[in-house]
Amino acid sequence: MSGRVLVGVKRVIDYAVKIRVKPDHTGVVTDGVKHSMNPFCEIAVEEAVKLKEKKLIKEVVAVSCGPQQSQETIRTALAMGADRGIHVEVSGKDYDSLGPLQVSKILAALAKKEEAQLIILGKQAIDDDCNQTGQMTAALLDWPQGTFASEVSLEAEKIKVVREIDGGLETIKINTPAVLTADLRLNTPRYATLPNIMKAKKKKIANVKPADLGVDLTSRLEVLRVDEPPQREAGVKVETVEDLVAKLKDTGKI
Amino acid sequence: MGLYFEKQWPELLPCIRTLTTLQTDHVVPQLYTHVHRRACSSLSTPRITTHYTIHPRDKDPRWQDIEMERFADEADVVIVGGGPAGLSAAIRLKQLANQHQKELRVCLVEKASQLGAHTLSGACLEPSALTELFPDWKERGAPLNTPVTDDVFSIFTEKHRIPVPILPGLPMRNHGNYIVRLGNLVRWLGEQAEELGVELYPGYAASEVLFHEDRSVKGIATNDVGIAKDGSPKDVFERGMELHAKVTLFGEGCHGHLAKQLYKQFNLRENCEPQTYAIGLKELWVIDEKKWRPGRAEHSVGWPLDRHTYGGSFLYHLNEGEPMVALGFVVGLDYSNPYLSPFKEFQRWKHHPFVESTLEGGQRIAYGARALNEGGFQSIPKLTFPGGLLIGCSPGFMNVPKIKGTHTAMKSGILAAEALFPKVTAENLDSETAGLHVPEYSDNLKTSSVWKELRSVRNIRPSFHNPLGLYGGMVYTGIFYWILRGKEPWTLKHCGIDANQLKPAKDCTPIEYPKPDGKISFDLLSSVALSGTNHEGDQPPHLTLKDDSVPVARNLAIYDGPEQRFCPAGVYEYVPVETGDGMRLQINAQNCVHCKTCDIKDPSQNINWVVPEGGGGPAYNGM
Repeated sequence: MSGRVLVGVKRVIDYAVKIRVKPDHTGVVTDGVKHSMNPFCEIAVEEAVKLKEKKLIKEVVAVSCGPQQSQETIRTALAMGADRGIHVEVSGKDYDSLGPLQVSKILAALAKKEEAQLIILGKQAIDDDCNQTGQMTAALLDWPQGTFASEVSLEAEKIKVVREIDGGLETIKINTPAVLTADLRLNTPRYATLPNIMKAKKKKIANVKPADLGVDLTSRLEVLRVDEPPQREAGVKVETVEDLVAKLKDTGKI
Repeated sequence: MGLYFEKQWPELLPCIRTLTTLQTDHVVPQLYTHVHRRACSSLSTPRITTHYTIHPRDKDPRWQDIEMERFADEADVVIVGGGPAGLSAAIRLKQLANQHQKELRVCLVEKASQLGAHTLSGACLEPSALTELFPDWKERGAPLNTPVTDDVFSIFTEKHRIPVPILPGLPMRNHGNYIVRLGNLVRWLGEQAEELGVELYPGYAASEVLFHEDRSVKGIATNDVGIAKDGSPKDVFERGMELHAKVTLFGEGCHGHLAKQLYKQFNLRENCEPQTYAIGLKELWVIDEKKWRPGRAEHSVGWPLDRHTYGGSFLYHLNEGEPMVALGFVVGLDYSNPYLSPFKEFQRWKHHPFVESTLEGGQRIAYGARALNEGGFQSIPKLTFPGGLLIGCSPGFMNVPKIKGTHTAMKSGILAAEALFPKVTAENLDSETAGLHVPEYSDNLKTSSVWKELRSVRNIRPSFHNPLGLYGGMVYTGIFYWILRGKEPWTLKHCGIDANQLKPAKDCTPIEYPKPDGKISFDLLSSVALSGTNHEGDQPPHLTLKDDSVPVARNLAIYDGPEQRFCPAGVYEYVPVETGDGMRLQINAQNCVHCKTCDIKDPSQNINWVVPEGGGGPAYNGM
């Protein structure tokens, strides 16, 4: 199978940073906060680049939807081996309300425009933990999906995917074109080394607006309020089992 | 093989049996080195240090077949460190290049993942150097939003404060200065630099200095990636890259690890005093609006430190929208009591009524720490050598009584750029060495405002070393600086390096620190979490020990393990060994906030801080 692979990469707050809720409770503080590529997206890029190195696909295109800074994330993907990038410009209020539905519409439109044969995404983003974009994209395109992939192999015109599911591992064979989402054990992403970052500066990143793709960014969801998780309260010690039952009854737990 | 070990080291047998059933690649070399160490040392010290700077890879069998060739690139100037000094130098170089219509490739490498992530300072900025760089900094949107409106200086006792008037002429007077979040200013400087065409590479640490055949500096190499914790190569191993330059500027900040090597290599410290340091710990708080006094700069000395321990505090009210204060505590690293914990002194200082009243009802949102220079004028080394020069807090231009080093660091970067520009763009490079030598930088610095300023305050910090301690120092400052403007003909000396100042634990009294209350004062680990620090876990610890047995044999035995107290990030822990009696040192390298205090204060000078994989370290935001 030859052809083009689209890889989605998302710029998220770095996983080691302590999150702070904005004083107006509309979201979290992002200004100046350390961001990096979503770890599952790194795995997706690695898989795509590995497929290209095995000569199973011809071109890897990295896509990111977001403000100006998303270009840095695309550059990292280019440094890891992607051939070119597409930056879908979404900023301000549109970016605040950007979610899986809009992104999957964008990816579906791009997949058609770029005549992609495969879309590889991370299984979920570590900021919203939605785990929806891959599945929605496949549905919009009416393509098969191999989600939570821990092993991918291309065989003739089909893809064999080993999926991580609650019960263990499930192996499926799906037709192409298809959407795959990467799980943790799919691979170990390579480092974006400095010579590759320098070379990546020469690779092209195209700028696209969602309107150009005919995508309406209106969100069906409205964020009412963002709060920190409740502070962990001190526990209560009881002496006997009777006390325990009495306490549970008192607080209406039983 | 089993029988041989049974006879020699019977206690190893269960160990060997378990290991031989494991399937991993790294086990056999690990057993080899473990046994090798046991044969060499009389104490059974578990292996701590695996870094290749201590255990070279050319002798390591695991590295036999690994390709060690590096990709190299050429620039005109390479700058190590994306702080105020490095960025000022880069900006000035590009301004000159554009002005004279010359091509100049300037590359800057920075170990933090983004500019400002490893920047920590009070900070009260004197805008002199910034104005020189960008006379229109205000129009360009430089984040200097809080002019100082109010200077408050106090001597604290446990429950009270003695106000000290800050008369014009005293070093702590901040009229005309700005309270800034230095990390944000650094980020802004980075944006200006990029616009001017500087190539910025955050996330890549300079880990090695490269030399020409004639021993002049050729450039730097960035860190290798993909080395496992035990020092062996992983599948994703890749060599760092070499950046060659006509001149390399080293702006690593206080106590840089490459600078440490350069001092030895070029004997740069033979005619100056050793550098002395302090540790500065800092927090950002969002406070109750009613307590907020934007523009107010508060400083204190005294409690909780005794008069022989140099240090003090700062508390600045920012004016950037939110009622935010930046506060912190500085402790001179020449302290003698190994039981002193700078972190805990900071936490208990916050409970002083004058401070607690400001913080009550507020929320802590950031924490960090960094060593700073205290040596001043007497400790400035030779600044230039063939192929390179030192700028900023690395050689150290901090005005200690003012606790300001940013303006002088920036000025040194500007002077470096102006000195090397004509040489690096000259048509016929007439140089004795392959790497350019730019002694003009040092000459110009000596006739600049930086030199005058540092010279006038040179005796204030050393004047502290008198029987009256702090109070003697204040009297000296009053007479010789305030009245006589530092013109006295003598130059007082420091007392030697900070690492030698610790007294043995048996000669000192342990300090009873109060428990943190979780509202004003906090424990170490939750503080470290707020710094956002993180490192790739599977890499050799970058806190390397020249000798793994020294911590228990010397640091713990004589000084009760001071590193577990002076590290502001909980990297060093003495824990009981798994079997038998005794303790071992555990290094939690992932916690490191790159403050460099351990490298400075280790009484055995056994700890050598080297740079970890680029991108690791704190994630400060506007600190």
